[in-house]
Amino acid sequence: MTAAAAAAGAAPLLLFADIDEPGLCTRAVYEARGGYESLRKAMAMTPEEVLAQLESSGLRGRGGAGFAMGKKVSFLPKGAMDKYLVCNADESEPGTFKDRELMQKTPHMLIEGIVIASYAAGANRAFIYIRGEYVLQADALDAALAEAREAGFVGEDVLGSGHSLSLVVHRGAGAYICGEETGLLDSLEGKRGNPRLKPPFPANQGLYQGPTLINNVETLSTVPAIIRMGGEQYAKLGVETSTGTKLVSVSGHVQRPGNYEIELGIPSREIIYGLAGGPAEGRGVKCWFPGGSSSPVLKAEDLDIPYDFNSLAAAGSMLGSGAIIVVDDSTPILDVAMKTAKFYRHESCGKCTPCREGTNWTVTMLERIDAGEATPMDLEIMASVQEHIIGNCLCVLGDAMAMPIGSMIAKFKDEFEAHIEQARARRALGEI
Amino acid sequence: MTPPQPAVPRFAHGSRVPGWDRAVDLEKDPATIPDPETTEVPDELRTEIEAHMANYPERRSAALPALAAAQRLHGWCSPEAIEQVACVMRVTPAYLESVASFYDMLETSPVGRHSVYVCTNISCSLCGADELHAAIRDAAGEDPDVNVRAFECLGACDIAPMASVDGVYVGPLDVSDVPQLLEDLRAERPVLPEKQLARRLVADPRANSREFPRHPAQHEQGAS
Repeated sequence: MTAAAAAAGAAPLLLFADIDEPGLCTRAVYEARGGYESLRKAMAMTPEEVLAQLESSGLRGRGGAGFAMGKKVSFLPKGAMDKYLVCNADESEPGTFKDRELMQKTPHMLIEGIVIASYAAGANRAFIYIRGEYVLQADALDAALAEAREAGFVGEDVLGSGHSLSLVVHRGAGAYICGEETGLLDSLEGKRGNPRLKPPFPANQGLYQGPTLINNVETLSTVPAIIRMGGEQYAKLGVETSTGTKLVSVSGHVQRPGNYEIELGIPSREIIYGLAGGPAEGRGVKCWFPGGSSSPVLKAEDLDIPYDFNSLAAAGSMLGSGAIIVVDDSTPILDVAMKTAKFYRHESCGKCTPCREGTNWTVTMLERIDAGEATPMDLEIMASVQEHIIGNCLCVLGDAMAMPIGSMIAKFKDEFEAHIEQARARRALGEI
Repeated sequence: MTPPQPAVPRFAHGSRVPGWDRAVDLEKDPATIPDPETTEVPDELRTEIEAHMANYPERRSAALPALAAAQRLHGWCSPEAIEQVACVMRVTPAYLESVASFYDMLETSPVGRHSVYVCTNISCSLCGADELHAAIRDAAGEDPDVNVRAFECLGACDIAPMASVDGVYVGPLDVSDVPQLLEDLRAERPVLPEKQLARRLVADPRANSREFPRHPAQHEQGAS
């Protein structure tokens, strides 16, 4: 048990329980620590019983949208047909690095979760779509997969249950949009990673037009713990609408950046200050992204909000991928907005006009502010551009810029206006 | 009021697309799937692509791993590399070009054989990544072997600011690390071994503080 657990009010560690165990990435060590016990237990149950455990656990997707995992599995049509399970390991949301840790240190936990989930969903083919930049992690997965195949955990007739599963690690090639589930599917089919129109949803028509279950690495890695504890027991962790534990990636202006496993519902302050040490001496929190750079920013006065899905949504933001980015009070908000907007401009696939043009114009307007060419009216135009992006595209990449930028304009309007005036004055003096 | 500046770099002919104003050769036949009789494909590349194709119900799914394999061999997705992949996969070169041009890690023009991706996204830039990128870029200078790129979030904000050097994550980096980084790279040595992500202890929060001493050898040998 690490000091992290003690500091977080001794949350029972599930995913990180043995994370520092040397050699945990090998099957021998993983099994010695009780690994693959859940798989044996699940294979002795019926798929319906496994599904019931997943549903009663209340586990919500850990990738960003927070959709109930059990419900997602239940959406897949029943009966004999080609069904697919895709593990989304394209972790690209700025600030997020939790899946990297899981795949690198405990790849067997993910594989075990995938086999159990595929059994519940009736899927016989599974793919792990891992971002191409994660070389070390993809190699760890490939090595673990070879061991799992050898031991009969993956392949024909898993542990004599009659369930067969082929599993392939698919390496991406660098595109944020491929973390969006339908963009991911297109990319996995060997195309450009453009998102698709929904409906039909992947549960009905996904990979190769077949029913497809798509889950994040952390979600699937939690499955063995749910089977081990029982869904109802798991649901006792956390709070009612956000059960269980969550990996939180804390970065930016904190003294101890890193991944921490917390029980959902603890105060955000405890994560940012208690675990990650808060900003450097003499600095305060100016704003923080609670769930990756796509989440609307919150301010220092919001630090006591419980860190769970519903509380953050009620505060006008979201838990997202669980990536907290802390910005201290020495940083101009314009810099934060510029970095955020430039990222989405670069990553927009260009399919939908509001996103392609909106991200581009937002960057242009921010540059105008910095160059002393903007008027306070530009701030209003910029805010209205954000409003016109939200909800008007096939996927939420544009929204993912519009939400944080919109929140920055709303919450730091005075600072933006002051920046506009100062830059104009400097331009008038010929300093810019 | 001054007119807004063009936000996206444009070519001299005014378009964002290179070569759009080049006349189309109407005499030329459209590109077809390369003929296996006349296209020479190195054996190891053919074997690797065929192994990838066998992994999927539809062969096109192998496009990304196949292009990555060809890039490793040729240094970039050159017309020749694309031709070879197209020949083995039985798809048109144009299709593969459309794929290659979408992804950041597939190079559509010649680059240095060593890649240094410097993360300049929000968490890293809060910790000084822009200065780091400038320092690496300046130190690498005109070296044709080193491809220095500012990259979007590489998913390692715990070691910000960081870089991925030929796929190996190193951080947290300081501007003073840059000479050593390039020296290791040019000498084909492991780059800044003590700063590699693979050697970090993680879940222990002390491990995430900059001052925490690392014991790579001990950790790797299996002692806790």
